[in-house]
Amino acid sequence: MNITEKILARASGKQSVSAGDVLFAKVDKVMMHDVSGPGVIKVFSEWEKKGLKLEKIWNPDRVWVTEDHFVPAADRVSAENVIALSNFTKKFGIKKHFKYGLGQYGICHTLSHEEAMVLPGEVYVGGDSHTNTTGAMGAFAAGLGHTDVAYVLLNGEIWFKVPETMMFRIEGNKPDHIMAKDIILKIIGDIGTDGANYSAMQFSGSVVKALSMEERLTLTNMTTEAGAKNGIIEPDETTYAYLQERTDATYAPVHGDGNARYSEVFTYEIDKMEPTIAKPFSPGNITVARELQTTELDKAYIGSCTGAKLEDLRAAAKVLKGKKVKIRTEVLPAAQSIYMKAMKEGLISIFMEAGAVVGPPTCGACCGAHMGVLGKNEICISTTNRNFPGRMGHVESQTYLASPIVVAASAITGRITDPRDVRN
Amino acid sequence: MNILRGRAYKYDRNNIDTDVIIPGPYLKIHDHKELAKHAMEGIDPKFPEKVSQGDFLVTGSNFGCGSSREHAPIALSQTGIKAILAPTFARIFYRNAVDGGYLLPIEIDESTVKKISDTDELEIDISQNKIVNLTKKEQYAMKPFPELIAKIVEAGGLMKYRPGS
Repeated sequence: MNITEKILARASGKQSVSAGDVLFAKVDKVMMHDVSGPGVIKVFSEWEKKGLKLEKIWNPDRVWVTEDHFVPAADRVSAENVIALSNFTKKFGIKKHFKYGLGQYGICHTLSHEEAMVLPGEVYVGGDSHTNTTGAMGAFAAGLGHTDVAYVLLNGEIWFKVPETMMFRIEGNKPDHIMAKDIILKIIGDIGTDGANYSAMQFSGSVVKALSMEERLTLTNMTTEAGAKNGIIEPDETTYAYLQERTDATYAPVHGDGNARYSEVFTYEIDKMEPTIAKPFSPGNITVARELQTTELDKAYIGSCTGAKLEDLRAAAKVLKGKKVKIRTEVLPAAQSIYMKAMKEGLISIFMEAGAVVGPPTCGACCGAHMGVLGKNEICISTTNRNFPGRMGHVESQTYLASPIVVAASAITGRITDPRDVRN
Repeated sequence: MNILRGRAYKYDRNNIDTDVIIPGPYLKIHDHKELAKHAMEGIDPKFPEKVSQGDFLVTGSNFGCGSSREHAPIALSQTGIKAILAPTFARIFYRNAVDGGYLLPIEIDESTVKKISDTDELEIDISQNKIVNLTKKEQYAMKPFPELIAKIVEAGGLMKYRPGS
């Protein structure tokens, strides 16, 4: 069995499972936020109207909650959603509720690793499609909707069809101008936005082995954009060292067998990879930065679970240091702790001296919620994950997806720019 | 319940994503009727006025890709849509539609999508996996639901299939 099959076998109490099996898996952790949480609350209230008594949940210690999409409260409705969420966690005794303005908070997928909320070998589900992100920790991590999360809150388990696993081996020497974002964009361009539908996407190879934890998380994060059920990377010394800095919890890592089966194996040699861009209006609409160097931009956005982790900020700051931005540039660190680390490292000063505005952690404009949404005809280059019509604002705005260094380089020139063309 | 009858509304493109089905700014809304007013706003703002109770959506592959927002099947079902016919669905949309008991995601061949025209009158017999086009006097196959899905559909959602403890 491969790692995904082994985790699902363990969670369903079976000796072995294989792709296509339908099973109920025990869940180790479940997450909801200020969009899916109120949805779950609504489902609870509908079920109560139908006569179910919902006085307690399965295990409050295995549930965690974030406020990230419309916070700091974007308007009255958003404020009321956050209040409803607080009432819910209080009622059911959920202690791990990361509230904005009360210490650590941030984007759910960032907290999942930054706070070590999820551990290798676990089954983790969340009320958000990018829950896949956390699979980089060696966990089975998949996104669910409100009804399914509500069901997990009550029962501690949920049904899954065991996915086929597509293996992506990333080999070669990674050039300095290439980040994990370029690699995953290239893969999505090759296999298509439904290329991994219902499947697991697993990453391995010498490049992945050498990647930091945060960069690995960028790979798994955007497996969602290829339709994958989960993204996953086998845990190794990098994973364990990352966790050691963050938790004392014990865990039982899972590794695939030597003879594990994969539905397809793809090998990428990335020595000559170019900085990669997804053009509007699909994450699969791929080209390279130098093909677009005449594309004029209105705005650069460095934010989201995909592109505002500490290393994303470091990479962008390295390009922006001592330079001035030519277009509106927004930087929104993905979590309070990351914001503070960036501040201590002097990154925030670099951004602000360059002319960028630095905002609070939030999903913000990535999902068109608030804080920097795009107007009609505005053209943005962004470290985020989606560029569907209207994703970041007006349905006639345009978003180009790129790595933090490409976005930073483009902010300096005001057009889409390969970072090799601005250095020095 | 096993036989559905309604009009088909056709949006002949692949990868219709959840940002189009219910744009991000409406994610803070959890009133189902309010969500319905914005269903498919990113592709056809007149959609909620066009469709009636019991109608169907016919569309291309990978319908509902993108986010996990359950707002998407909720908004569509609140406009009256009872089933969506497409070659494939994005996985979270599919399970939200089924587990929430909102509407039926029905997989059909690409060639069948081509045969159905906008506003055709259809009759769908779930127990026979059969679609009859009453306008064109044609009959098509639908892909049967997998065993567990069929049970959840029959129960009217995951919670009714296996009530909470």
